[in-house]
Amino acid sequence: MRPVLEIAGLVVRADDGKGSWIDTIRNVDLTVSAGEVVALIGESGAGKSTVALAALGYARPGTRLVEGRILFDGQDVRALDERGLRRLRGRDASYVAQSAQDALNPAIPIGAQIAEPLLIHGIASGTEAEARIASLIGLLDLPVGIVTRFPHQASGGQQQRIMLAMAMACAPRLLVLDEPTTALDVTTQIEVLKAIRTAIRGQGSAAIYVSHDLAVVAQIADRIVVMRHGAIVEQGPTAEIVERPKQPYTVTLIDAVRPRDRRLAREAPRGPAPLLALRGVNASYEQQGWFGPARGGNKVLRDIDLTVGKGEVLAVVGESGSGKSTLARVVAGLHPRLSGDIALAGTTLADRVRRRPLEQRRRIQIIFQSPDLSLNPEERVGEIIGRPRQLYFNEARTNRDAHTDRLLDMVGLPPSYERRFPAELSGGERQRVAIARAFAAEPDLILCDEILSSLDVVIAAQILELMRELKRKSSVAYLFISHDLVTVAQIADRIAVLYAGTVLELGATSAVFTPPHHPYTALLMAAVPQLRRGWLDDAFKLRGPTAQRRAAPTGCPFQPRCPLAIPGLCERELPPLREQTSGHAIRCHRSDAELRQAQTSPVQTSPN
Amino acid sequence: MSAGEATAQAIPRPRRLPPPLACIGLAIVAIGLIMALLGPFLARHGAGELISERPFPAASWALPFGGDHLGRDVLSRLLHAAPVTIGLALGATTVGFVIGLTVGFFTAEVRGRTDTMITWILDILVSFPPKLIALIAIAGLGSSLPILIATLGFVHAPRVARVARAVAMNISAMDFVEAARARGESVLAVMVREIWPSARRPMAVEFGLRVTFSILVLSSLSFLGLGVQPPMTDWGSMVRENMSGIFLGTPAALIPALAIGILTVGINLVIDWIGGSSGRRLTEELSR
Ligand code: SF4
Repeated sequence: MRPVLEIAGLVVRADDGKGSWIDTIRNVDLTVSAGEVVALIGESGAGKSTVALAALGYARPGTRLVEGRILFDGQDVRALDERGLRRLRGRDASYVAQSAQDALNPAIPIGAQIAEPLLIHGIASGTEAEARIASLIGLLDLPVGIVTRFPHQASGGQQQRIMLAMAMACAPRLLVLDEPTTALDVTTQIEVLKAIRTAIRGQGSAAIYVSHDLAVVAQIADRIVVMRHGAIVEQGPTAEIVERPKQPYTVTLIDAVRPRDRRLAREAPRGPAPLLALRGVNASYEQQGWFGPARGGNKVLRDIDLTVGKGEVLAVVGESGSGKSTLARVVAGLHPRLSGDIALAGTTLADRVRRRPLEQRRRIQIIFQSPDLSLNPEERVGEIIGRPRQLYFNEARTNRDAHTDRLLDMVGLPPSYERRFPAELSGGERQRVAIARAFAAEPDLILCDEILSSLDVVIAAQILELMRELKRKSSVAYLFISHDLVTVAQIADRIAVLYAGTVLELGATSAVFTPPHHPYTALLMAAVPQLRRGWLDDAFKLRGPTAQRRAAPTGCPFQPRCPLAIPGLCERELPPLREQTSGHAIRCHRSDAELRQAQTSPVQTSPN
Repeated sequence: MSAGEATAQAIPRPRRLPPPLACIGLAIVAIGLIMALLGPFLARHGAGELISERPFPAASWALPFGGDHLGRDVLSRLLHAAPVTIGLALGATTVGFVIGLTVGFFTAEVRGRTDTMITWILDILVSFPPKLIALIAIAGLGSSLPILIATLGFVHAPRVARVARAVAMNISAMDFVEAARARGESVLAVMVREIWPSARRPMAVEFGLRVTFSILVLSSLSFLGLGVQPPMTDWGSMVRENMSGIFLGTPAALIPALAIGILTVGINLVIDWIGGSSGRRLTEELSR
């Protein structure tokens, strides 16, 4: 079979900002046959996107394709002129980017956007185009009415599928998918992955799938190409790479997906007064208005009761929009609460951080999701880490510097980094700086707001290990906010599962991971990508009767998505948080026996 | 995914020569500043010295730009007037800027009702035409240098405040400012340590624009006879004095007008350059 794409000896050079050029891609060969799905995987900076874009004859600004042959259907892509390239890019090969939000035009109805490539390339028009769009919509499992709607009216998962429809409109022979599900929730990811796989198979087009997530790739790809530092480390059929990796680097990647130990059962020390206690906390998005307090309509948090013990790790898990980040911000005093009480070591905390005494502020620190945004770009690392010492301990310059060195060392960075600006660090290193800044205050509680989710799997695993290590060395407690149950299992003593601002399950990590689970927890668990083939199909079946993400206004908030919902009861009454065994509680009308039974049916169990 | 993510190598900030247009702008601004600082010392003749008996003597070696309506050396007067025009513009802008920046950053940081109220007041102040304010103030208080500076500063302040507020709002939504708040930094510390460093470039652009605006308003006030009063002179009043010469075909009025024009264009070229690079950086940072 003649390959659709043949890349040989590709070298890409990039401007390093100092006026000289460095090779970011070194001598890469890649072949994609018709109907084949090839995955490029590796960390950020490995050059996988660069290779994928080169297949379209494209080099990002500041980079150049300097050497190598790129043959698309036997045609030399590098020799193509503007017109040839345009024809290649929209029609014969197409590209799906990570973020649909940036790629869709907010002012044009979705149907018209999907039709655009058809019209531009003169492939179809009128009724023919309409028929083509209708078949794509069906193929990608999108609602029929979506064509007349605008992008902002579609959900994140739908937007991603709309992008896919646009890319597939001209029935290209090669699809380049660049991390198409990375920005999505685990549960949404399943829908999109499933749609991608069905669509690719249905169309028989070849595809290059760029991802850093081996488990995702294992569900979709026929062949996997592992890249690192601009070169290919290893390649082979999916099963071979996943089951019998040859290179140590591939093993590292696989280990990052497959958590080695699920650290379970460490009974949290239960003192008489917990370090942090939330009682009946409510919060909404509305700010205080000019005419009295805002109406409490759009609630993000509903009656939250949680405690964090001294030295304990409480994980709060939920999808985006569950209110988990708001929870951290309310505790930090950055978001106002409508009602309820938050106490630190028995003392009620003021609503806003500026009304709290300095000592209370010192005891609670926060680490944000994206280290790219959470460090002042105009300050050097030394100043960033030194500031809490100055603020809380009024420490003199010389002392501070000694401390900074110690803190840098603690997070595994050399002392020379003190003089650097955040822009001169990698993402993982920046997060280490953010961690050092939090520890500089010698806090009792650190709020970790999705601190791993903007990092690569391998880097995230390192940062998680660092957090565990720092935890062992001090008596600090974490409120660990995450969307990822598997990650959380490796660090949390207890887990709270949050949905639509309501705690649905709460218990020790081991208890939460043993059935019975709350139906939502079960869904989240099944949605975690696994290397095992067939996982995607199982997870898709489990996804629940409706793909609606809405929370019910009354009754059990999870009811619209719940496979076990009891008609007539669940939509009317909010179930109580029912204590099962000591310290483990589930908010569901179904009894333990019913839940357990549903969750041990064959499709649910997942050999891990 | 960004290139070089996993590598720990330092990426130094690139330093390159500014583009040609910016160089021209920088040269013009530099000449303007030299004139403002040293003009009177460079002038061959005194500001009021009569060189010729006739009005509007023609250009010659002794009088490179010719003479004015009283027969004084135009070049020397241009040099004597430079510190007045440029100094006044800088002074007035600085006054307006310090006030505007403080108010703008403050309201952006405190938000809530204080912000709403201050923004209302700013909107009302901005709605008065600047020349009207200047005319009223000068009619009421007379024309002197401090009054001119104060009046123009008052015109600038609310406009600068609105820009400063918008810039600060963008920056203060970023996590590193949030981190500072969570740490419990005071409003002043957040403004100075967190917001200001990132706001420097866009605000430098604003400063440049305001200086140009000041030069133009001051010049037109002087042109109307309401600005700088004789015996002191600035470029605007030089244009007015020599208006009649235009009909005689002498350049005496055009030279100061050109000086005003060239300086304004020069400042704008510099602004475009700073604005271009800062705009890009800001969006880069916000979209990362
Ligand atoms: S209460 Fe009803 S809807 Fe809610 S989780 Fe339980 S069974 Fe499902």
